[in-house]
Amino acid sequence: MKLSEVKEILNADVIVGEDKLDIDVKTAFGADLMSDVLAFAKAGSMLLTGLTNTQVVRIANVMDIAAIILVRGKKPPAEAVAMAKDFHIPILTTKYILFETAGRLYAKGIIGCLEKVESGSERT
Amino acid sequence: MNPVVNEPEKTFNKYSFDVEGGNFNTAGTVSMRIKSILKQNGLPDDVVRKSAIVSYEAEINIVSYAKKGTISLTITSSDVEIQVSDEGPGIPDIEQAMEQGYSTASQQIREMGFGAGMGLHNIKSYSDKFDISSEVNKGTFLKMIIGHKNS
Repeated sequence: MKLSEVKEILNADVIVGEDKLDIDVKTAFGADLMSDVLAFAKAGSMLLTGLTNTQVVRIANVMDIAAIILVRGKKPPAEAVAMAKDFHIPILTTKYILFETAGRLYAKGIIGCLEKVESGSERT
Repeated sequence: MNPVVNEPEKTFNKYSFDVEGGNFNTAGTVSMRIKSILKQNGLPDDVVRKSAIVSYEAEINIVSYAKKGTISLTITSSDVEIQVSDEGPGIPDIEQAMEQGYSTASQQIREMGFGAGMGLHNIKSYSDKFDISSEVNKGTFLKMIIGHKNS
């Protein structure tokens, strides 16, 4: 699916990366805990999150995240926007909550970057 | 043809980076450097990913708890080795600190999306070899090895 289609499905605003809406995305990971993003997110996935600070953008960079989708209508601070431009990471923002965002994307064919954690690595 | 010799482990490259305690504006930049160095060195994607994960969590720990610290990266013919040392409060009970969910993080750290007691656990689970030692009121030392020979 093109990122432009994600934008349509989520009725999202593009904050960074208007020129990157033709990239292809297949998978996503949703979390507000960055340690879980580090542990589980896969390269090329979208990151669905309600956190907006610069850590989210740096982590998106090290994990090769294709695009950051901010949920619950969150708007990133100026430093995070500048950093995302530097790193060429698109940021979209949608008013849908995380559950709705994930559900709407899943219904259109986006899947999780992993289905479940391996046994033995259950989180508390 | 040259005879095959068993050469001792060679160090190809060694880097060292300073990390400033308490500064969340720069937290993560060293790990980004480490990731790009490993990529430039042509290491496989999963090795780069594991190294970035362990380094990022360790860097966040320095920023969150210590006055300052150093992260060093050594790339050998078989391993990526990341050593982290900090000047900080140290960890009184390492076993407890390693438990998932145990955390002494401040509200500020939690607001950044960390401090849920997963850091050391993630570091250990993504390292092939992990060592930790700590001295209260002095600091903490971590050593992580990620093998790349047969990957």
